[in-house]
Amino acid sequence: MTDPALIWSYLAQGPLLWLTATLAAYVIGDAAFRAAGRQSWANPVLIAVIQLAVLLGATGTDYATYFEGAQFVHFMLGPATVCLALPLYDNLPRVRRAAWPMLAGLCVGSGVAVVSALGIARAFGIGGPVLASLAPKSTTAPVAIGIAERIGGQPTLTAALVLLTGIFGAVVVTPLLNALRVRDWRARGFAVGVAAHGIGTARAFQVNQTAGAFSGIGMGLNAVLTAVIAPVVVGWLGG
Amino acid sequence: MIIALSLILAFQLVGEILSRTLDLPLPGPVMGLCLLVAGCTLRPALADRLRPTAQGLLAHLSLFFVPAGVGVVAHLPVLRQHGLGLALAIMGSTVLAIAAGALAFQAVARWTGSVDPSAVKEDGGD
Repeated sequence: MTDPALIWSYLAQGPLLWLTATLAAYVIGDAAFRAAGRQSWANPVLIAVIQLAVLLGATGTDYATYFEGAQFVHFMLGPATVCLALPLYDNLPRVRRAAWPMLAGLCVGSGVAVVSALGIARAFGIGGPVLASLAPKSTTAPVAIGIAERIGGQPTLTAALVLLTGIFGAVVVTPLLNALRVRDWRARGFAVGVAAHGIGTARAFQVNQTAGAFSGIGMGLNAVLTAVIAPVVVGWLGG
Repeated sequence: MIIALSLILAFQLVGEILSRTLDLPLPGPVMGLCLLVAGCTLRPALADRLRPTAQGLLAHLSLFFVPAGVGVVAHLPVLRQHGLGLALAIMGSTVLAIAAGALAFQAVARWTGSVDPSAVKEDGGD
């Protein structure tokens, strides 16, 4: 029999181990989400990330090694984003009728997201590159990174803040909008897409197809609007 | 399924090329999304061809965020340094933005009479 340490060093080199671990962690996360009656606090992304973080820490594996395997899953974000076109196309008549409400939800949601995040951070004495990294945290990761680079933020820190925002938004949206008695699926989906990008959209699709379609639109529109307002607000709050 | 996947990747590729050549603020996949909506409007058969694959991918949209999510771990030192401020900024602004955005949408929908009875959540459930 071969020495287990040799097998480990072989597996630790290739993508197979961490690709399998990523899928397995998600399968467990998704099963836990279903077992919890699809409650938003049992977010499958959150559960999978915690498991993998513990596993990486326990085996002393760095993120770069992990990502060699996980990049195949990460790559699928692009095609999945393109696929959001289908629910959008299926809901086009509905979307056309909702042009004014969407414009209002976009301007208010996007503006509040950027201004309140920077205002709170500023009150805690956060400034400079960290503040600039925080500004685009409600937009989808590739756009957020592009915006952060342009206004003097740190792209990788931005990516982490974007992820945390998405997970928190996905967890909080259902109880929050229930408490506010917002029962319009379009408003519920759109608002979470604007505030919590793709992870919010994934949550919206778990609940309702119309909410998912509007969430995808909210995410896309907010990407454009934040690119315009984030530099202004960062300049204004003295980034 | 391979044909559908090739088509989806082709839309992403064209979106990526357009986004970079024209220096647009939108990333390639979002451009691809816009192009695919235009494509389906021009050719409804395209939507029928892609729908099963697209639904399959979207059903597990959460999965594709896991690798990037694990990346948060690599930033724990900076996150811990500004922990309280960043945590409150993210939580506070996300709650405010979702609430304000949804209420603004709902108010203008009522005001402009564009309420959609088929898109109203039943009481109970989640």
